Amino acid sequence: MKILVCISKTPDTTSRIAFKDNNTKFDDAGVQWIINPYDEWYALVRAIELKEKDAQVIIHLITVGGPDCDPVIRKALALGGDLATRVNSTDSDSFNIASQIAAVAKTEKYDLIMTGKETIDFNSSSVGAMISELLEYPFVSLATKFDLNNDIATITREIEGGEETVELKLPMVISCQKGMAEQRIPNMRGIMSARTKPLNVVEPISVAATTEYLNFSMPPAKAGVKLVPADQVAELVRLLHEEAKVI
Amino acid sequence: MVLIYIDHSEGEIKKSSYEALTYGVELAKLLGTEANGLITGTIHGDAAELGKYGISKVFQVNKPELNTIDAAVLTKVIAQAANDTGAKEIVFSHNTTAKTIAPRVAVRLKAGLVSGVTSLPDLTSGFVIRKSVFSGKAFANVKMNTDIKVISINPNSFHISKNETGNAEVIQLDIPVPASSIKVISVNKVRGEVPLTEAEIVVSAGRGLKGPENWGMVEELAKTLHAATACSRPVADSGWRPHHEHVGQTGIQIAPDLYIALGISGAIQHLAGVNRSKTIVVINKDPEAPFFKSADYGIVGDVFEVVPKLIEEIKKIQ
Ligand SMILES: Cc1cc2nc3c(=O)[nH]c(=O)nc-3n(C[C@H](O)[C@H](O)[C@H](O)COP(=O)(O)OP(=O)(O)OC[C@H]3O[C@@H](n4cnc5c(N)ncnc54)[C@H](O)[C@@H]3O)c2cc1C
Ligand SMILES: Nc1ncnc2c1ncn2[C@@H]1O[C@H](COP(=O)(O)O)[C@@H](O)[C@H]1O
Repeated sequence: MKILVCISKTPDTTSRIAFKDNNTKFDDAGVQWIINPYDEWYALVRAIELKEKDAQVIIHLITVGGPDCDPVIRKALALGGDLATRVNSTDSDSFNIASQIAAVAKTEKYDLIMTGKETIDFNSSSVGAMISELLEYPFVSLATKFDLNNDIATITREIEGGEETVELKLPMVISCQKGMAEQRIPNMRGIMSARTKPLNVVEPISVAATTEYLNFSMPPAKAGVKLVPADQVAELVRLLHEEAKVI
Repeated sequence: MVLIYIDHSEGEIKKSSYEALTYGVELAKLLGTEANGLITGTIHGDAAELGKYGISKVFQVNKPELNTIDAAVLTKVIAQAANDTGAKEIVFSHNTTAKTIAPRVAVRLKAGLVSGVTSLPDLTSGFVIRKSVFSGKAFANVKMNTDIKVISINPNSFHISKNETGNAEVIQLDIPVPASSIKVISVNKVRGEVPLTEAEIVVSAGRGLKGPENWGMVEELAKTLHAATACSRPVADSGWRPHHEHVGQTGIQIAPDLYIALGISGAIQHLAGVNRSKTIVVINKDPEAPFFKSADYGIVGDVFEVVPKLIEEIKKIQ
């Protein structure tokens, strides 16, 4: 069984968000890059758990990005991937990213393709669904549980207003979120072996630019907090009722 | 023509769908075209009533098997409906349904997709639309280059506008429904409570509450305000509250009109899930708690003393 896990790099969750070059680019000065939390904690770790139950499982990692993704993909290998591919493209259009991943998947024929629920920088929640359409595979989004019995998967997923459990046959694409697995820390053996695991760099296919990021802006700053003394709760209620008009 | 996808859960039209309707009608005005709705599956009530939101027609593919969210099936049906009706802009609300199907619909229609949209487009040089990025910490302006465009708007970013009168013409589309490969085993809907992502008011509590046994007053405050309840991540991780209440970077992202944070420090990962709230109230005994920097109103005090008073004072004005 072959699993493809889609790994993206994102700024560490505590990074200061700023832009440069006339607000056209993210300012990465001093930014620590991490594996997108949903890709690491939920998609990758669940794939590793499946491999621990069945040694036949091969975990292939893929990232679409420039050479600055290599440390992040090495960390994912240290956690437990078997081999990795980096598609050498810095385009951030979801359709382009999905097309690059689908192009690799078409020749490699994976049984299961896992993505995170969304990236914490672009928050598009799009790449997984797009890959599934390009490959004409079923897609189950926002999965919180995934179990496999031969080639039948039982998946619990979030739906509007609750959750449901569904059953379907491999191959498929799923997007993963909290509940799938627990966060892990790479151990020394993993870190050492990651150095010798293959990381292949391939050039991107050409894809029409459906969307382009032009520039960025920051939301208007808050006016500052209005503090009400703890013994004047009625005053807070009055402000919420008459000034903010929210109650 | 602007086509607005009207999502529903067990036949009830979602609040976010009404926001999408309002947005779609405004978008059509801006583009000088008409706005229509699309329903897949069966709904309760009269679809013609949707005319009150300003649309002229409601197209419906009224087949019960479409009530299950199967991305492959719905994509084929929606893409064909868009083709058959000549839709150029397709509007979704960026909820769990749209996250599952909108990107697939875009690929099938060779359309560009922008999700998490927070504005109408600027048409001065092409079609440029604003979306929320970096978990609410910034916005991006994105240019859409394709003839057909799929737009998924952020819930709670647009106010619903409704008229007293107006009737939409309901047109049944005869589109074949492909067989589904997804078998639903069980469904578990949270009933009776206000769903977190749709709530106008959210009362949320953190580790400052000390233990699950103290949530009675949190729930009572929420009940008084017809609010949904939420919590910080360590609270869900410790099993004090169910996981579906966890808001933040790795939990649910919400944008209510009012967010009340009780005993939550305001870590950056927590803020990432709530900083799009219109008004934020923080109650924390530590004046240095970072949450006060992002708050509109605050009380430096003990939640165990402040919350019961707050409930009492709110009841007085109701
Ligand atoms: C990658 C990553 C992702 C994360 N994702 C999330 C996420 O999605 N959501 C999230 O919430 N966190 C997330 N976290 C965790 C986050 O960093 C914080 O640890 C967490 O939000 C703290 O929760 P808290 O405010 O409830 O607890 P604490 O930080 O312990 O704060 C408790 C607060 O209660 C106050 N307090 C105590 N007693 C009282 C009292 N009697 N009356 C009034 N106030 C009182 C204290 O002054 C303190 O400010 C993430 C962390 C990482 C590293
Ligand atoms: N550049 C990328 N390379 C590999 N996988 C990606 C990339 N961008 C996004 N993904 C995957 O797609 C998921 C959803 O991303 P997004 O649609 O951008 O929110 C992520 O959680 C990743 O698993």
